[in-house]
Amino acid sequence: MLRAIPRQIALILFALLILGPLSVVFFATLKTTQELYGEPLALPATPDLGNYARLFESENMIVYFLNSVVVTLGSVFLILLCGSLAAYAISRMGGWVAASLFAFFVAGLLIAPQVYMVPLYTIVDALGLVDSLLGIILVSVAFQIPVCVMILTGFMRGLPRDLLDAAFVDGATEWTTFRRIVLPLTRPALATVATFSFVITWNDLLFPLLFLRTDVNKTLPLALLEFRGQYLTDYPLLFSGVIVATIPIVIAYVFLQKYFIEGMTAGSVKG
Amino acid sequence: MSTGRLTLSGRTGKGPRRRRQSRTLLLFLLPAVVIYGVFLAVPAVAALAMSLTDWEGVAGGDPSFVGLSNFGGLATDGIFRQTFSNNVKFTLFVLVAQTVVSLLLALLLVKNTRVNVFYRVLYFFPTIISSVSVALAWILMYDPNIGALNILLERAGLGGLQRSWLGDRGTAIFSLAFVQFWQHTGQVMIIFIAGLQAIPKELYEAARVEGANRWQTFRYVTWPLLAPAAAIVVAYTTIQSFRAFDLVIALTDGGPSYATEILSTWIYHVAFRDNNFGYASAGAVVFMVILGLLTALQFRVLRVDR
Repeated sequence: MLRAIPRQIALILFALLILGPLSVVFFATLKTTQELYGEPLALPATPDLGNYARLFESENMIVYFLNSVVVTLGSVFLILLCGSLAAYAISRMGGWVAASLFAFFVAGLLIAPQVYMVPLYTIVDALGLVDSLLGIILVSVAFQIPVCVMILTGFMRGLPRDLLDAAFVDGATEWTTFRRIVLPLTRPALATVATFSFVITWNDLLFPLLFLRTDVNKTLPLALLEFRGQYLTDYPLLFSGVIVATIPIVIAYVFLQKYFIEGMTAGSVKG
Repeated sequence: MSTGRLTLSGRTGKGPRRRRQSRTLLLFLLPAVVIYGVFLAVPAVAALAMSLTDWEGVAGGDPSFVGLSNFGGLATDGIFRQTFSNNVKFTLFVLVAQTVVSLLLALLLVKNTRVNVFYRVLYFFPTIISSVSVALAWILMYDPNIGALNILLERAGLGGLQRSWLGDRGTAIFSLAFVQFWQHTGQVMIIFIAGLQAIPKELYEAARVEGANRWQTFRYVTWPLLAPAAAIVVAYTTIQSFRAFDLVIALTDGGPSYATEILSTWIYHVAFRDNNFGYASAGAVVFMVILGLLTALQFRVLRVDR
């Protein structure tokens, strides 16, 4: 097995390429600024969390963090609600109506936000939703509806029909059937959509950059972008912000890798 | 008939009840249609109309119709042309590097062993971090004085290659493309692994019985059957690198002097920094047309090849 050695080398090299920048950044947050400039690549001599303390003292980190939480949870909830209702209706309707509705939603996959951001701004402005977290939620949900409807409709169309027929014979309404039978069966697809939506919304810069103005409304990525200008001479503080913004997603990834990989791949193949 | 589609037409029921049910279904559609319509479909169509005006945004006056003159302006705009060529460089670099490396990694990690799954999870990880965080990490890596890249070059005796990776007009766009490659190779690798695992094992058995060597097996079994996955990867990578926005804004904001401006950031800067909504929309239309053509072309080429 001579081939085993080059294979191991290739795998380890790429692992180092991924881990290198991540660990340099992490260790930078445990150093003082002088230490970072003196020994940029060395491990911190006496690791301490002073930079994190400074960060939380000098910045509204908790506010940014909560804003990100509100926007992300709001978007995930709303996308699951709107998406599953729409997907249920489409999968129940059949015929050309269902086909055109499906095409209408899925056409959104072909359109990048940069294409429509200018008219979008004027609409959001006219509705008085500039500088509001609700505005960000609605705009993010609209952007994610195409992927969501595509995944959920595909899944619901594959559900066994007997179950639904039985429910209707027993006199169940559409709402009961949706709520009691279809939603529980769709759980795996809902988990995929939720994970995709969580990652996209938590990380998004474009929509907050376009619509959020005041400091107390900023989400983490937007706050980090401003730190970049502000703390270009204070790397340890800047990167403490990066770590704080990244921790929730790392924790979720450790426990839910399978859903992350499925969600991001489904989103990518289809988006 | 047990797993047929859940369509109304397939059910028997009395008229009024069916009508009430389909009214319920329309209500179910309402939230998605409203949100998607107001915040995506309408603005997307409006972008086309706006490209024919000289509108300067909410603060400016009313828009007036200027026909195709915005598009004429684009053709002779030096900055727009540079933006376009930056975009081509960025996309080509990412496309080649990402496709080759992710295919190689996928071939190495195709078996579902525990170690392989660990490597996949690790390689995938950068995809889920925000592009702003990734950009800030690479600002540190590329730092001319304390960045790991220059330090490692010096230690390797290649001090002559040191430079300001993001400040040098010639290299900046490729430095950015490398970060895009770093962030998304693991994601593309997963698509290739799924494609590889979909190839029937019997074909490899047959190839071995026929006495094919590794290269022949790859060339005549793996490669042709991997074409659908490859088509997805190439189309996806191209579109994703055209759409890159957060990364460029956070790493260089298009600088130094437009050396890293790409179409998506150009639209943003022209609209929201220069307040030229009409002109930005013309650029957006060009952007949309290019993306559409690329998608169509790639699927065509890759299917013919099959």
